[in-house]
Amino acid sequence: MNTKRLMLGNEALAYGLLKNGCQMAYAYPGTPSSEILSAVVALKKEMDLDIHAQWAVNEKVAFETAYAGAQAGLRTAVAMKQVGLNVAADPLMSSVYLGVKGGFVVISADDPGPHSSQTEQDSRLMAVMAKLPVLDPDSPRQAAELAGIAFELSEAFEIPVMLRPTTRVCHSRQSMDVEKIEMTQREAAFEKNPGRWAATPKFRLQLHKELEVKLAKIADYEPTRPRLVSGTAKGGGQAIVLSGVAAANARDIIKERNLDIPVYQVVQPFPLHKEFIKEMDTYDEILVLEETWGVIEMQLADKNRVKGKNTGFISPTGELLPENVEERICAFVGVDYQAPQITMLPGRRPTLCAGCSHRASFYAIKKAAPKGIFTSDIGCYTLGCNLGAVDTVTCMGAGISQAAGFTIAYAKNEKQPPVFSTIGDSTFFHSGIPGLIETVTKKIPYVLVILDNRTTAMTGHQPTPASGRDASGDACIAVNIPDIVKGCGVNFIKTADPYDLPAFINILKEAKAYCQENGPAVVIAEHPCLLDMDRAELKASFKKVIVNRDICDGCGYCVSQFECPALSMDNETEQVCIDPGLCTGCAVCSFVCPKGALVLENQE
Amino acid sequence: MSNNQQIIISGLGGQGVLFITKLLAGAAMADNLPVLTSETHGMAQRGGNVISYLKIGDFSGPLIRPAKADALIALKAESFAHHSYFLKPGGLAVVNSPDPVEDDRYRVFYGDATALAEAAGNVRSENVAMLGFFLSAMKEDSHVFNPDSLARMIKETFQAKPAVATNVLSLLGSGMQLYKQR
Ligand code: SF4
Ligand code: SF4
Repeated sequence: MNTKRLMLGNEALAYGLLKNGCQMAYAYPGTPSSEILSAVVALKKEMDLDIHAQWAVNEKVAFETAYAGAQAGLRTAVAMKQVGLNVAADPLMSSVYLGVKGGFVVISADDPGPHSSQTEQDSRLMAVMAKLPVLDPDSPRQAAELAGIAFELSEAFEIPVMLRPTTRVCHSRQSMDVEKIEMTQREAAFEKNPGRWAATPKFRLQLHKELEVKLAKIADYEPTRPRLVSGTAKGGGQAIVLSGVAAANARDIIKERNLDIPVYQVVQPFPLHKEFIKEMDTYDEILVLEETWGVIEMQLADKNRVKGKNTGFISPTGELLPENVEERICAFVGVDYQAPQITMLPGRRPTLCAGCSHRASFYAIKKAAPKGIFTSDIGCYTLGCNLGAVDTVTCMGAGISQAAGFTIAYAKNEKQPPVFSTIGDSTFFHSGIPGLIETVTKKIPYVLVILDNRTTAMTGHQPTPASGRDASGDACIAVNIPDIVKGCGVNFIKTADPYDLPAFINILKEAKAYCQENGPAVVIAEHPCLLDMDRAELKASFKKVIVNRDICDGCGYCVSQFECPALSMDNETEQVCIDPGLCTGCAVCSFVCPKGALVLENQE
Repeated sequence: MSNNQQIIISGLGGQGVLFITKLLAGAAMADNLPVLTSETHGMAQRGGNVISYLKIGDFSGPLIRPAKADALIALKAESFAHHSYFLKPGGLAVVNSPDPVEDDRYRVFYGDATALAEAAGNVRSENVAMLGFFLSAMKEDSHVFNPDSLARMIKETFQAKPAVATNVLSLLGSGMQLYKQR
């Protein structure tokens, strides 16, 4: 078998890992990294590979599990997004000191321009801080290639290796050759050595010294040496240094404009090769194009000759779009650039799907606590900000601790606003539980609403520990959320379907009253994500809502306060109308219209 | 006629932008051409603007620069307003719209693919009708998009559901006619 396929960067990465003998892969979903593990699972099934691939409860757990496999001599990998790496920062820092036996690839996908992230942080800087080599692919094809090189590098130096793609690599598709994978299985063989694997602080100093020696050698490692991709290396004059997807974009532009200038691509931004740094000393002026921060630039150091992110020649924020690359290259080499005229129109603002149960939950929260403070978290439900029911979103799990923080901050005020915190099921498992335990022991009065739709919807519907299915879709043990909440010491726990809006509002009010005296109250809003439900099920539960034309006076309350995409104002009739193509028949809007103009068809 | 083609496909979430990108990409690959595609993912849930970039031929960067695209497929009139700036002067645009869409900087053709899809009993496949519309409009510019390869792609994609394949193919055909009748 040898086929040409259009491979997503993340699929290419998965393919590269498996082709090079990865036997264990773990991940926590996060855009743009999520498809890596799904692709590992798909390739495993397709090519009948005997490997272990699973989602973990969070990135730290994913990291530690995969790391143990590498300690036992297997080739393993862990995948996450850049903010996920923050969660796994603790084991990352230590694992680099202790090293590995089998190759260990840590994939952290960055999101310049942030398309779906809280930050634009550069994972390569985490690599600098942790002192591990990092590779920066420019395309799906190169991502697959570097996955293999990463394993070899990792084993040659017994060190974890970071592979850092960006959104445009993860989510591009490229035609490439795919061959059948022949796996050579290794058997786990953990050599006990507590002096190394459980090193005490005294030995860690020794390990740090050894790590520095490794790094110096890696800065000389042949397979990851910078590549001259165009022009001739002649020294003197100007040179361009590229990495990541900026390299791919720049190469097209240099070719198109026929520029005669030496161009180097760095595939290992850290540690930068010593010989390369010396070679760069021979040029008078160097332009460095990389995302997001100036990691290569930093190591070339000489501010008078090197232009890039750190010197202000390239914007330190946002994505390096090909048009920015072209404009900057032209400015650097001194040729004319005509900026194209762009008229930017505001796009449609993202909103929760029609019929999403989160919308009902948020509406209920606003009704139960009109003057409340609403802390929230990371997921589809972040979009509850459109509904005025999300005031803060910081990072995974933070909403619960912030609920405590607001409650404490207001303690000395004359009036204390009710605090409602929302968190999804996946995020609750990921990092919400410690916050809940903390607030129970301190009896903090707030209401936690766990929005349980049994999936990680925003990143593409990966299972959660409550789903009862694993990465392959096979049945597994489902963790019961109410049991966990109870185990944390909460005594008010109610589960309800937010589709039944009036009842749900009442439960929230009850919870609000309870928490004042007794500490946290937890309400679990249970309704599956619509996109996961099968069509027949949806059809069976469809309740047709119609607009009673005699009653609707076009006040627009439902459109502005409930914002279901299926509802809009009809300019001609000046009444609301329901788009039959979008309506999912959840019937929640029938509770929302204050005049009772939205009614169930069979009840009219 | 060059084998290098840069195409923008723009629409709203749920309209099947990625589906037609994949079909076009697959057809080009079947003719042994190198393909690169990219799309904007993100917070946009259903209903948000979606854009996909399709590059066929000798390219290494996944995105298309403004004023460089050879053609634009706009699945809504507003998609044309949003993304026409990607077109090179004189570039080709096909727009799904019952009302005239004009812009003298480009060669713009419009047609009501939604009505076609509705008539065929499936509003959701307006994207396929637009694909057909694009295919015949593009014929004069490039042979990169070969209708036969595309038909083969569609049959392959819906191997398990021959009835769907037949429907899709017939809508593709009416889309092509739409261009001829314009
Ligand atoms: S994907 Fe699911 S959870 Fe997310 S907005 Fe849509 S219905 Fe709601
Ligand atoms: S029933 Fe009402 S709220 Fe539910 S999807 Fe339809 S219009 Fe939206």
